[in-house]
Amino acid sequence: MIRKTRSHLTQNEPLLFEMSSPGKKAYQLPELDVPPVDPTEALGAGHVRDEIEGFPEVSEVEAIRHYTRLSTWNYAIDLGLYPLGSCTMKYNPRVNELVARTEGLAWAHPYQPESLSQGAMEIMAVVEEELAEITGMDAVTLQPAAGAHGEMTGILLMRSLLESRGDARRKLLIPDSAHGTNPATATMAGYSVQNIKSNDRGLVDLAALEKAATDEVAGLMITNPNTIGVFEENIVKVCEIVHSKGGLVYMDGANMNALVGVARPGDFGIDVMHLNLHKTFSTPHGGGGPGAGPVAVKKNLEPFLPLPRMKRSGDAWAWDYDRPRSIGRVRAFYGNFGVLVRALAYIMAHGGPGLRRATVDAVLNANYIRKHLEPHFDLPFKAPSMHECVFSDSRQAKKGVRTGDIAKRLIDYGFHPYTVSFPLIVPGALMIEPTETEGKRELDLFIDALISIAGEIEEDPKMVLKAPHLTRTSRVDEVEAARKPVLRWKPQNGDAR
Amino acid sequence: MVSACGLGSSEELFAHMPADVKLNRPLNIAEGKSEYEIVDYFRGRAQECASGYESFLGAGVYQHYRPVLVDTVVSRGEFLTSYTPYQAEIAQGTLTAIFEFQTMMCQLTGMDVANASMYDGSSAVPEAAMMAVRVTGRSRVLAARNMHPEYREVLRTYASHQGMPVDDFNYARESGLIDLTDLEAKLDKDVAAVIVQSPNFFGCVEDIKTAADLAHRHGALLVMVFSEAVSLGLLEPPRDADIVAGELQSFAISPSYGGPFAGIIAAKEKHMRQIPGRLVGETKDGNGNRAFCLTLSTREQHIRREKATSNICTNQALIALMATVYMAVYGKEGLRELAEQNLAKAHYLADGLDRRFTAPFFNEFVVRADAEMLNEELLKKRIIGGLPLARFYPELSDCMLVCATEMTKRIHMDAFKSVAQSLSETPMLAGVRA
Repeated sequence: MIRKTRSHLTQNEPLLFEMSSPGKKAYQLPELDVPPVDPTEALGAGHVRDEIEGFPEVSEVEAIRHYTRLSTWNYAIDLGLYPLGSCTMKYNPRVNELVARTEGLAWAHPYQPESLSQGAMEIMAVVEEELAEITGMDAVTLQPAAGAHGEMTGILLMRSLLESRGDARRKLLIPDSAHGTNPATATMAGYSVQNIKSNDRGLVDLAALEKAATDEVAGLMITNPNTIGVFEENIVKVCEIVHSKGGLVYMDGANMNALVGVARPGDFGIDVMHLNLHKTFSTPHGGGGPGAGPVAVKKNLEPFLPLPRMKRSGDAWAWDYDRPRSIGRVRAFYGNFGVLVRALAYIMAHGGPGLRRATVDAVLNANYIRKHLEPHFDLPFKAPSMHECVFSDSRQAKKGVRTGDIAKRLIDYGFHPYTVSFPLIVPGALMIEPTETEGKRELDLFIDALISIAGEIEEDPKMVLKAPHLTRTSRVDEVEAARKPVLRWKPQNGDAR
Repeated sequence: MVSACGLGSSEELFAHMPADVKLNRPLNIAEGKSEYEIVDYFRGRAQECASGYESFLGAGVYQHYRPVLVDTVVSRGEFLTSYTPYQAEIAQGTLTAIFEFQTMMCQLTGMDVANASMYDGSSAVPEAAMMAVRVTGRSRVLAARNMHPEYREVLRTYASHQGMPVDDFNYARESGLIDLTDLEAKLDKDVAAVIVQSPNFFGCVEDIKTAADLAHRHGALLVMVFSEAVSLGLLEPPRDADIVAGELQSFAISPSYGGPFAGIIAAKEKHMRQIPGRLVGETKDGNGNRAFCLTLSTREQHIRREKATSNICTNQALIALMATVYMAVYGKEGLRELAEQNLAKAHYLADGLDRRFTAPFFNEFVVRADAEMLNEELLKKRIIGGLPLARFYPELSDCMLVCATEMTKRIHMDAFKSVAQSLSETPMLAGVRA
């Protein structure tokens, strides 16, 4: 029985271009207080466009209704739980939105005089300090725009350090349970990838690592807790093995929500890592970005950090470009400052004790779910779960129902699906991470929903196979979308533009 | 809940972790603060930044008015707090908006296909270069020296580890435009891409067609870069380019001390499968209704892993949504009128100043001036002047880059000009002129 949802009317809405007509406007510009300039005279006829063909013209009412209607077709954290493993979909505090829009911060130009940017620089300095304390590392760069960007930065840092020792080496070792960005990043940084098999407990196989760690290996990219939500109990030994061969250990910090205040990567042997501020530190996902991917390093990597760095100049902050060993820039300007503001507001709101409390709650919530779902779904790896748990669909697959189908039926029950079919080491994975945001009520509804679906699979698998039934849109044909890609609107008649 | 897990206390949740990895002291971070204290803290920091100053800075980050509707829309929880639209059935709002975004990017740039955004303009440049390398099978890239210096730095950082040599080609002393002779001399059969920004870093409008013809004659692709999106409201789009990489900050994205912004990559149809980043496509649902979904995912990291077109995972969805709403608000006529106002303002400012380059310009240009002294005097009037170019171009150390937009008031431009003119009349500066 579905308790969390009930049908409701939603508005249909065409595309902007389909409701456009000439002369409608939603904008107002002030009168020009200077003489107008003829574009053809100023630029030359060849540089002036005729019109922006096909560009929409709508009224303000149409615009606000358009986007409001569209928004009602979305699920969101504000509506309920997103049990997406490794995404850490926690509540996005609204005070973060308010402070990020403070005028002096929102309108600060990166090239304005340093004397008029001290507030912004102070914020960045505080964020660096707090993140260093949380990770147990020595220095932090806030330049990378997202997790994958941070990964690339981190690997480039490793490369530069190794080059300075005479040999950048050729390969990176990556567990087969890793997120796809890890090997993709390795390639972008000019390394080849060697997969390390996980052992039968889902952890890095020490013997396999020992064998693979040669002097061709620049290092290991590891996620801890790993992508099945389990803490690498041998992490200290893992790091020792890599270090003993002259390599470095990179940690993907996507799962930091299990560690903040409880354990620090810098204390267990990590040389370099990235953080996802849009995961652990509550900045909003916004439908797919922006994020921020700060990178924290040990002292020996500090000279290679992207430039500029901040330094004290008298009793003020200044940008230091005199960094001869820096890898250079990974993006223009200084970083996703607006995201950093939100992350700092989150850290300030929780404080040290609150951050640890959040970690405890996140791990408790994941274990609560695991305990209640264990009788109904196959749990391939029995090691203790931290902030997420991973089931397999092998029981349900016997009835022809896979994890993707279960996920779609979960939508009818009022939830966003968990992470489907990842990590690859679990066949038909259901990866569930509730975060500390969820209270018992929402968790119980979620557990009941999955148990109910497991029952449906026994009684009437078609119900699940054809799900979702209650959404505005029934199952979307993704195969056709890829076979015949249509990536933009075009007018029905007349020319293509 | 703890007992439901079969535990005596929540601390037991961490009992399985080795003792030597656990942090055995509290974090050295102060106690949690109330909402008021947090708001007050940031207000204090904002007061330590420029507040109530006029500014003539551009250089890749532009001051444009942000229509109220933009924040109204992106503040809706369904947009703000939603996830990447992997589950299409419950993300049609985001997907539809992105499809509109992709369409408008094509309409603005004259390209056939556009992605769902990149981190920013600066990182879109190396991604475009890598795309050209994949398409042509060649390895070298030529970048215009009058492209944004920080974009060029980013290109170098990415390129240095990819076996993708990057060489600069110069600009013409008088005009400020790319030096076609220098470019031709450097083109060979190993060049995958020629990268040209327009308007360029000096604000001058480049002839993309001629550059593209030259590149194509040597089998290279032309990558056109833009950092001032408003220019596309008025300037002929780069129809002869193969790939366009740009920055959308001008479209209702707060300067925010340098980020977050949103970049874009757009290209000709034939390069569709080499585009990095997310793509939204049109399809149908089980009942034959139009629907949208992420598509061509086999290019991406979560499928192809080490063989992916890029490692990029995020797109700047919320930022791209700001740009989408902005484009919807201004529309076809509005974007044109907005661009014409920018043109008028900048030309009013330029009239009476000593312009360094002769080429046509949009809303930015380079003036000869003792940049440090001019800016110092302007600050006394609570005006932030232009960007002194000495830090990026030693040969232009007697110049600054200034910008005027629809937000720049005549009264402040008059003040700028009067200070600039009074300084240039001072005898001791006469020697500065070239």
